[in-house]
Parts: sequence; structure tokens; C-alpha cells
Amino acid sequence: MAAISTRDITKEFGGVAAVNGISLSVPDGEFMVLLGPSGCGKTTFLRIIAGLEKQTGGDVIIGGDVVNDIPPRARGIAMMFQSYGLYPHYKVRDNIAFPLRTQRVPRAEIEKKVDWASQLLGIDHLLDRRPRQLSGGERQRVALARALVREPTVLLLDEPLSNLDAKLRASARNEIKQFQQRVGTTTVYVTHDQVEAMGMGDRIAVIDHGRIRQVGSPAAIYDDPADRFVATFVGTPPMNLLACNGGHLGFRPENLLPRDMIEESEVTEFSFHVERAEYLGSERIVYGRVDGFESTQEITAKLPPAHVAQESIRPGEAHDFAVRNSALCHFDEHGNRVRRH
Amino acid sequence: MSLALPRRVARRSRVQVLVAAVVRESFFYAAVVFFVVIAAFPFYWMLITAFKQNSDLYNLASIPFWFSEAPTLEHIRYLFEQTLFARWLLNSAVIGVCVTAITLVTALPAGYSLARMTGRSGEALGIGVFMTYLVPPTLLFLPLSRVITILGLQDSMWSLVLVYPTFTIPFCTWLMMGFFKSVPREIEEAAIVDGCSILGAFIKMVLPVSVPGILTIVIFTFTLTLQEFVYALTFISSSAQKTITLGVATDLVRGDIYFWGELMAGALIASVPVAIAYNLFLDRFIAGITGGAVK
Amino acid sequence: MVALAEKAVRQKTSRFQFILDRPTVLGPLFVSPAILYVFALVGLPFLLAIYYSVSAYTIYSQSYRFVGLRNFIDIVQNPIFLQTLVNTFIFTFGSQIIGLILGKFGALLLLRPFPGRKLVRGLIILPWAVPVALATVAWQWMFDSLYSVINWTLIAMGLLTRADAPNWLGNPHLAMLCVIIINGWRFFPFAIVIFLAGITAIPQDVLDAATVDGAGFWRRNYQIILPMIAPIVVVGLVFGIVFTFTDLSIVYLLTNGGPVNATSVLGFEGFQVGIVSGDVAHGAAISLFMLPVLFVLTIVMLRAIRRQEI
Repeated sequence: MAAISTRDITKEFGGVAAVNGISLSVPDGEFMVLLGPSGCGKTTFLRIIAGLEKQTGGDVIIGGDVVNDIPPRARGIAMMFQSYGLYPHYKVRDNIAFPLRTQRVPRAEIEKKVDWASQLLGIDHLLDRRPRQLSGGERQRVALARALVREPTVLLLDEPLSNLDAKLRASARNEIKQFQQRVGTTTVYVTHDQVEAMGMGDRIAVIDHGRIRQVGSPAAIYDDPADRFVATFVGTPPMNLLACNGGHLGFRPENLLPRDMIEESEVTEFSFHVERAEYLGSERIVYGRVDGFESTQEITAKLPPAHVAQESIRPGEAHDFAVRNSALCHFDEHGNRVRRH
Repeated sequence: MSLALPRRVARRSRVQVLVAAVVRESFFYAAVVFFVVIAAFPFYWMLITAFKQNSDLYNLASIPFWFSEAPTLEHIRYLFEQTLFARWLLNSAVIGVCVTAITLVTALPAGYSLARMTGRSGEALGIGVFMTYLVPPTLLFLPLSRVITILGLQDSMWSLVLVYPTFTIPFCTWLMMGFFKSVPREIEEAAIVDGCSILGAFIKMVLPVSVPGILTIVIFTFTLTLQEFVYALTFISSSAQKTITLGVATDLVRGDIYFWGELMAGALIASVPVAIAYNLFLDRFIAGITGGAVK
Repeated sequence: MVALAEKAVRQKTSRFQFILDRPTVLGPLFVSPAILYVFALVGLPFLLAIYYSVSAYTIYSQSYRFVGLRNFIDIVQNPIFLQTLVNTFIFTFGSQIIGLILGKFGALLLLRPFPGRKLVRGLIILPWAVPVALATVAWQWMFDSLYSVINWTLIAMGLLTRADAPNWLGNPHLAMLCVIIINGWRFFPFAIVIFLAGITAIPQDVLDAATVDGAGFWRRNYQIILPMIAPIVVVGLVFGIVFTFTDLSIVYLLTNGGPVNATSVLGFEGFQVGIVSGDVAHGAAISLFMLPVLFVLTIVMLRAIRRQEI
């Protein structure tokens, strides 16, 4: 097990910087999620850590050693790819054994380790099948077993759930997370799905245009965003932003509630004109506009179903809504968070 | 803009529809037969001639499309016993194997390099290599004949082993470039992360998965060497060193007299393997050409 | 939020320890045998050909004396050469047209599955698959002055009498026609394959949209299909032209350039002069006349390939 640290990693493709100076530290045993939209450079960054891409500048440090000039196979890492990258012409057993064979581990020990890894993931009954005969979930487990069998110091995952259908994703997410907790390997996980990030990460690094916007625990990212990008990227429906005094005023939909639902007195009040509503079973999303601000953006409010207001908040009406001041986020003209006390 | 209303379709009787369909189908099949006849008739002719007795062959009175006298194997026997046909077969086989080996050893790594390792300049280089395929033998044969003479390989089939890769390598490199590009990168990268060097990943992962493509270029290279005529004609004069195509086309003539029976038999035997190979691999071969040219 | 980097030890790796893992090293290494081979046996001879064409080199007097454009002037002033040049263009143009037309319609026929399509396809491919020299010999027999099966059939159908039966290979115009026919015949399966590949690559929705929009068979053909398959057809055409324009096998075997140079083409003439007669200098010069056409075709080909990448 080792810690990862990068110093000022940059990567340019033809003059365009895909990664623009990322310095990140992942302590031993942590599950770090790299979250960002497509094309933000998170996958490139991951591949640089792996050694599959050579950085234009900066250092990659694994377990205290600078590994810039060392190829992937000597870095002690294991990686899981988006489409798993299972070897199609090998059986599952040989797929899992492959990393050990390349290290010239003696045959008896290979067998032991393959059995251990396949039992750990519950695929020991599939050892003689070929990848094309497996389901998506089974393939993922084989890929994990293969990544694991070498007992790597670092585990890197590149959007491994994006090829699964929605139903499978939740259980697969769970499996990976539980698995990592049991084995304790330092893990870096790349995704564009904020639900995955929030559900799995010990810490999340939000990346946009090749730069880190914020690193922190899921709670820190969600409740205490560092800038407008992070604030709107995480959370569904996204945070409401109202242009105000050159900057923006932000509040999450679940914090915009009918005035009579909030007990505190330190609130900001809005006159909310409801335009449409969506009933989603566990909650109700109401869309509309508020008075008194320059922009005529659509504002969302997320109402819990238990509320009596289900019946009373309807399209075409205006209601008194409010947000607790402690739940307000102020952003300056550059989009950075301004923390007022 | 006025709406174009459908014209009232006249109600046709069942019989009329049927007749129209029959007419359409028969035109279709007639056209197919037409094409097959123009394509295949010369081969049918080859086939018939190879097995006709000379007395039947050179008789103006008999119907040429079928046997008037019993078919015979005498032409084939003559080929194998009285001419160097068997030797030519051997020469072509040896040349084929050697050239294929040379081509594989050079084109496989080159194709992989251009597909994976060289980026933009790789694309340009790939196209450049492919373009050399367009430099015609009838331009190069003159200087090459001088080179061959200097190397002491004149009138030897080994001159062909040296020269044939000049057209098989460019084309096969380009074909393999296309095939390798379709191998999912993740398999190679997984192998690299799992402990292989790039060379290791190439040999253990990419090649086994590309066996169909490799097979295609093996067959293609072999058939290219069998078909080649210009270099063989230029470099080789003594009968014992000739390839099968050259030998059949030039040696089965005594003075002014063409031994048509033997000629056709020889041409048939030399053509059949190539025709079969093309048929089996046509789909793959087309995929390779268009896959390379059409992204 | 920048996290502090830990104290790191720079590992001692020698420059060469992992040298074969670098794509920047391995890439050129992998590609060099092929490039060297092609350079040595195509590039250098090409330059050598140019070199010979401006020298006075023959087999008998192997001198590298520089004669400037003397050889080219000699050739151009030779009427046989001019006829050769004209022949080559006629030959190429004629056979490509035949090939294209037959190819287009053949492709349309083979588009839909029907019983026996595999067999039909296998038979139609034969002219292209089989070695050119051997097919030519078969045609030679079919055009034989005495025993031609074509003549026999025409006579049997009552269209000719034996006395009128043409001597295909003995008549200058007919001989050229024969050569054109053979080359067109050889080329049309390739054209079919190219057209088929192009047409089947057209997404079905485009064709359906056209049908719904009211395009009938011919309009669909010429306004939708043809423009969409143009790039690949151009590539195929360039191949066809290159291999036809530079061919010598058919002429050598069928007519040996005759009768009286009626079918002499560039490739053949280069062979006659350079190899058979041993006049390497003039032979090289003749062959080099192929260059302008090849150059233009290369540019066309490159454009077509580039257009497909969009």
C-alpha cells in the first residue's frame, strides 16, 4: 500500500493543455474520486499516474519514489478500464493469472493466488469460461480480480461503471466500495457521474479544464463548494444561481422551501411564481421564477412529499418561499465563493 | 406549394401483378446469367480445352462447347512428365513462402507502429508507404534488373524473393494498420499495466487477437507472388528457374506452335488455388481495403 | 486547494533501463525494416531510373555519360513512340469505361441476396482473381486466328461466313479492341467489389429518407448514392488506372505489341527497348513518361482518401 502524490502535472496535446497543473495528494488507503465533465482531463491525469501517458511537466510520486521514467509495469499499480480490457483469447483463469505470469511467479503460487482472488469476488465457478461468455457484472468482477491478484500498492479505475445499465450500476458501486474497504488499497477512481462520486469517495477532487477546483470530503464538496463550477456540477437538480450585485447568490433546491416550513428567523425571502411541477414519487420538483432579481432564470425548489404543501403549491400561483441564510452561497464576479460570517 | 396527391393507382388483377413480377425476375436472372457468362466463360473454355483430345481440339467441324471425343488426361500428363511444370510449381511455392515470411516480419511491426505509436506523422507515413504500391514494376524493372545483375542474382528465382516484398510490404503494412486499429486499445494497455513491455503486449495480446487479419495478408501475399509476371519475365530466362505463371505463359510454345491443351491445363492448375483463396478471403480483404480507406 | 507534496526520492534509473518501453523508441524501431526495404528497393531504383534516362547507358556500352535530355528528344521524335503513347491512353480509357459500367450494374445485381448469390459472386470474381498472364493466354486461344470459339459462334449463328471471320489479333484495330476487352474484363470484378463496398456502407436511413422524400430509382441512384460512394470509387478507379496504364503483360502475351505497333503501350515499349534491345537509357526514358500521369493520379488519390476521413 502506498500513497500517491503528484506535483504540478501538466500535459499538452498539440499546444492545448489537457491537464493544467494538478498537484494532488492521496494518502495510503484512501478512496479518491476524480470527478468532472467529459474532456476535463481527469482520464488523462489518471493515465499519467498509471504511466500510460507521459506528462509534459511535473512529477508523479508513488510510495515516496518519483516514477516519471518508470513504465507502468514497474510502478506497482493495477488498473481497471472502462470496457474492462479482458483478454478475449484467454479463459478467466488465465486472465487473472496473467499479471503474475509476467512477474514470473512460480506456478503453484499463481494457482493459489488465482483461487484466492476469484473466491474473494465470487467468481470461482467461472474460471474456465471465456470473457465473451460472461455478463457485464461478471466481467467487472473478473477485471477486479485481475487487478487485485498482484496485491498492488495502488488501484486505478477509469469509469468502470459507465458501460453497465442503470440497475446494475448501484450494486456494482456497492461492491467496489465494500471491496476497497476490505482490502484497503489506495484507490483513484475517475467518473463524470456525481452520484457515484458522492457515494463512493472518501474524498473527491472536482476537475474542470485540466485544473482542480476543489478537493474535499463529499460533505465539503456539497455543502461548502469553492466556486460556482463545483456548486452547479454536484447536486441534482443543480444549485440555483441568481445574479446579484455583480456576483451570484446560490442555494440548493432542497433548501428553497415555503416560508412556513422554516423555523429559523435568519432567512432570505422570495416571492416564488410557480410555473410547472414534477411529481417524482419520493419528492416534488417545482419550477418557477422569483421577484426582485435581474435575471429571469428558472428557479427550482425540491419539496419533500410529506409536506402538506403538495396540494397547495400549484402552477400559476405565487407563494412565499425562503432560504436559511446559513444555506446561502455567495459567489463573486469570478465565480469564486465568498465566505461571509 | 401544392400537395402532390397520390395518383389513383389502377387496380390491377392478380394475374397482371404476377406477370409483372415474373418479367422483372427473369430480367434480373438473365442479367445475372449474362454477367456470369462474361466472367466465367474463358475459364470454362480453359477447363474444356485442358481435357480435350488434340484431335477434338483442332477439328473445326466439331462443336467446341462440349466434348465430341472422350475427355483425356494426356495434357496434364504431358505437363508433369515432359515439361518443367512441376519444377515451376516448386519454385513458386518456395518463393511464396519466403516472400510471405519476409513480408510478415516487416509489415506486422510496421503496421502496429503506424497504428499505435506514431500519431499524426504516423498517418502520413502510412499513406506514404501505401503510395509506393503505386510505383509500377514497368518503371522499376529497368534499374532493378541492373541491381539484380550486380548482386549476381540474374536468372535466379531468388531475385524474385528479393524484389517481390517491394510491393507486398507496402500494401500489407497498410492493411495491418487498419486491422490493428480495430483492436481495442484497452487490451494492450491492460497487458502493459499487468506487466508486459510494449513488445510483450504486441506479441502476447495484439497478434493472437489479429489472427484473422494476419491470415488475410498471408493469403494475399501468396497470391500476389503467384500472379506476378513483369519482374519474373525481366529477371529470369532459363526454364528451370521460372515461376508457374511465367513458365506456363512463355514456355509451352515450341517455335510457333502453341500446345494449347497443355497451356490451358497449366493455366488451370496455376489459377485454381488463387481463385479459391480469393473467394474465401474476399470479405475480409474488402473490409481491410475499405477499412483502411474509409474511416 | 493544493495539497502538500511529500518528500520524494528520485529513483536511480539509468537512461537505458526501460528504453524499449518508450513508444518514441519502439515506434521508429518497428517501422524501420519496412521503410528501409522500400527505400532501398523502390526509392533508390526510382532515382536510378531517372539517372539512366539522362545517361547513355546500354548493356553493351555501360557508360554513365551525361547526355541531358537527348534521350527524351530522341523518343519524342520517334513516331512509334507517339503511337505507343496514344495507344496507352486509348487502352486505359477504354478498359476503365467498360470496367466501370459493368462494375456498376454488376454491383446493383449483387446487392440483394438471392439463391446462389455466393456461387455467382465466386464466379464473377474470377477474372480479377486469376493471374493476368494466364487469363490472357486463355483469351489468346479464344481469339486464335483459326480456332477462335468466338468466330465459331458467330459463324454458327449465321452472322458471318468463314471467309469474313476476322483475324482478331492480326488486324490492328481489332487487336487493340481485344486488348481493351481483356483489360476491361479483368477490371470489372474489382469495380463490382468497390461499388458494393461503397453502396453497402451507405446507412440505410439515408436511403429510406430519400425514398420517403419521393426519390425514384434513378434519382436515388444518381443524386444520393453516386455522390456518397464517389470517394471510394475514385480510390478504386485510381488503382485501376495505375495498373492498366502501366501494364505490359496483356500486350506482351497477346500481340507482342503488334500488329506493327498497333497495340504497343508504354510499359511494353519500355520493356522492348530497355530489356530486349538492351538500350537501358532510352528504355528508362520511355518508362518515365508514365510519371506525369502517375503523379496526377497520386494527388487525386490523396484528395479522395482525405475526403473520406471527414
